[in-house]
Amino acid sequence: MITKKVNGVQNALEGVKNGMTMMLGGFGLSGIPENAIAELVRLNVNELTCISNNAGVDDFGLGLLLQKHQIKKMISSYVGENAEFERQMLSGELDVELIPQGTLAERCRAAQGGFPAFYTPAGYGTEVAEGKETREFNGKMHVLEYAFDADFAFVKAWKGDAAGNLIFKGTARNFNPNMCGSAKITVAEVEELVPVGTLDPNQIHIPGIFVQRIFQGEHYEKRIEQRTVRQKQ
Amino acid sequence: MALDKNQIAQRIAQEVKNGYYVNLGIGIPTLVANYVRNDIEVEFQSENGVLGMGPFPFEGEEDADIINAGKQTITTLPGASFFDSATSFSMIRGKHVDLTILGAMEVADNGDIANWKIPGKMVKGMGGAMDLVASAENIIVAMMHTNKAGKSKLLPTCSLPLTGVGCVKKIVTNLAVLEVTSNGFVLLERAPGVSIEDIKNATEGKLTIPENVPEMNL
Repeated sequence: MITKKVNGVQNALEGVKNGMTMMLGGFGLSGIPENAIAELVRLNVNELTCISNNAGVDDFGLGLLLQKHQIKKMISSYVGENAEFERQMLSGELDVELIPQGTLAERCRAAQGGFPAFYTPAGYGTEVAEGKETREFNGKMHVLEYAFDADFAFVKAWKGDAAGNLIFKGTARNFNPNMCGSAKITVAEVEELVPVGTLDPNQIHIPGIFVQRIFQGEHYEKRIEQRTVRQKQ
Repeated sequence: MALDKNQIAQRIAQEVKNGYYVNLGIGIPTLVANYVRNDIEVEFQSENGVLGMGPFPFEGEEDADIINAGKQTITTLPGASFFDSATSFSMIRGKHVDLTILGAMEVADNGDIANWKIPGKMVKGMGGAMDLVASAENIIVAMMHTNKAGKSKLLPTCSLPLTGVGCVKKIVTNLAVLEVTSNGFVLLERAPGVSIEDIKNATEGKLTIPENVPEMNL
């Protein structure tokens, strides 16, 4: 077995520098790498380009990095929940590239799987396609999109082992598996780092080959953005 | 009487057929799930990675790891599955999802839709909407017929940045059910008590009115 386990978040983020491009898993606040984000704040690295579906909320998730102006550019599909984000974007402090959510996921998966680029129908005829190569397939127009090129991918899983194998829970899975192996270094934080051999190989979502570093995360807040409930009859 | 949001959802629910996999957008579309007949088999997909979405959880049973695309806590029904985002959009792009219901700021009479950005004012992003409208073959828009300023949202051309071109097939508003054809909007049904004249006045895009336009059956 090849061991990917590192001790704690500080070792896991070794080599992170100003100006790097980071992928961060999560949808809204669900499945975000809370420990890695906290460490990026502590390291105070800046001029970052962040690839993440959303930008957190004002005081949690990527909002914490935005507060400290550590992000130069965001590549996201939806950023509607963050007032500070909107302010920085409209004032021009923050460079923002909004792309369709499926395109974002596929640009991650393309990087993971060794495809330099792909065609998608999403965004054809809109400003998303401006300046991009387009081509007709089967009578329908498509837009050429490129694989991401990132330095680090920070993902969060439910369970993992020292071999780097990962299992996700519920919709906290989202972009996390697509970002594994899609950057030069993939750092996985897990709620539960279990002894090697206890995860059933049939149930692994991401094989350890896609993960360079894994560590046991701490103090997960797992904040809920929209708490919606129904009453018992 | 013009319909309220729940009644729009109720009317759209009639378009959901047995055996459909359905993607519901945020807002009025989410309400559609409340009105689907319970004698048919339907599964709701949420693009953040769940198929077989159920109702909101009971108080105290919320789980931060189980949410929908609107970031609301949800439950799952027997037979449900979770998956990653790329797989989710394979379901959408690959046309495995049968029906997409989403909101809009503007729809043009050629089927163009705008729903993600108001330049200089509001930029929330397109989320999955561009992928959905570019690939889905069966797209229903749920929206108010006019905006808060009373201006028509059914236009000859969209004034806002587009989400997709020539893709909307059907629109259900508080006033009417309309089909989008090569001949512009065709009025199919009107809300109870709403006159054809009311609908004409609220529609800026090309509107074709057949001889017989029944009232909606809610």
